[in-house]
Amino acid sequence: MSNRTEVEVRLNVNGRDYRVRVEPRRTLADTLRDNCGLTGTHLGCEHGVCGACTILADGEPVRACLMFAVQCEGMELRTVEGLADGDRLHPLQQAFWENHGLQCGFCTPGFLMLATGYLEQRPEPDEEELKEMLSSNLCRCTGYQNILKAVKQAAAEMRG
Amino acid sequence: MGVQYYNPACMKPASFDYLAPRSLEEALDYLAEHGYEAKVLAGGQSLVPAMNFRLARPAVLVDINPLSELDYLEETDHRLRIGTLVRHSTFEKPVCQGPTGRLLAMAARHVGHWPIRVRGTFGGSLAHADPAAEWCVIARLLDADLVTRSSSGGRHIPAEMFFQTVFTTALEPDELLLEARLPLLSSDTKVGFQQFSRRAGDFALAMVAVAFQIEEGKVMNPRIALGGVSDRPLRAPEAEQMIEGADPGDPSFRAAAETAAREIEAIGDIHGSASYRRDLVRALTRRAFEQAITIS
Repeated sequence: MSNRTEVEVRLNVNGRDYRVRVEPRRTLADTLRDNCGLTGTHLGCEHGVCGACTILADGEPVRACLMFAVQCEGMELRTVEGLADGDRLHPLQQAFWENHGLQCGFCTPGFLMLATGYLEQRPEPDEEELKEMLSSNLCRCTGYQNILKAVKQAAAEMRG
Repeated sequence: MGVQYYNPACMKPASFDYLAPRSLEEALDYLAEHGYEAKVLAGGQSLVPAMNFRLARPAVLVDINPLSELDYLEETDHRLRIGTLVRHSTFEKPVCQGPTGRLLAMAARHVGHWPIRVRGTFGGSLAHADPAAEWCVIARLLDADLVTRSSSGGRHIPAEMFFQTVFTTALEPDELLLEARLPLLSSDTKVGFQQFSRRAGDFALAMVAVAFQIEEGKVMNPRIALGGVSDRPLRAPEAEQMIEGADPGDPSFRAAAETAAREIEAIGDIHGSASYRRDLVRALTRRAFEQAITIS
């Protein structure tokens, strides 16, 4: 029950089970990167402000730096590695590419997961809603306009 | 070994014992056993950043997230009972009919950002007692009854007594905040909520919540609560008294706002001086009254 030393945790990430041994203090973000080898989830500020580590937990966007891996057994976790289908990019990834929705790319995995969670819940957002949602994550390159354009294009494509 | 991450200079928490109780009783037993050494982990959206910075180094974390019995909303006896684990995002749409639900929804959209609202909890925010937390201001505005439990019993703490100073409440170390009870305001109550922050989602430099009724053309039962301006959420009793019985409208709203700005003990810090915060209180109080009368 009580343990400062490593404990075994079973995580389900992108439909695959990972058994990892981690200390309770290890955050979900570090566990994904270091124990699962899923380095697509980036760490920026590590205190919940920048959103670079945003992933989906049971369909909802969360800051992976503000959860501990030991809390996440039984959750369905999704990271940026789970977006593309083989060589076929997810509509959001494709739209980011086509609209220059990234420059350095550091924030991109967080934005992609944030927007994925959003569009799955609200397939027909208006522009104000999108701006409000995107203000959750920091991008220091693009000025956000191309990210907004990309998400709007992806929303239209995902509606079909 | 790979890369060594646990240099204290890095953004990693110090080690702790992780306890995941299977029942409320077990959680309370853990708190009784570990006292000041333990912290309750609810949404973790304030606690975990503090741990990552090592501003907080609890030896024991008691994770109440598995206790789904603490995630409930109930309307009984003209009160809304909010279980401690209800997530902020739940309030984005009114959780009950009438002004109480509407006011909670007005405030909810200012609580952090969406991913923060998905995890953070109502009770966690109250227990954390950040002076700029929206829920603390709402609790103070509506004189919330805060229900606690420990292994030796339970208490009801009025919001006025609960918030003591920055990050400090009346909760004992073995005590868990179980529920917040808010009055279901009568359907003719007007409510407003206004805040100012430099960037979307930031902690507000100042926020104001108001609630009042209009009877026979006069403002009745006015309540004004302020956040982000002092070490805890405050009411503005002089301003409330002055607008009680007044004609609702720009002159009385401005007068109340002026009084609120004058009577509060504002604190200045790196984000804004005390006098700037008074200016904000003046503007936001007037806007909150205008908003209340326009939309409700």
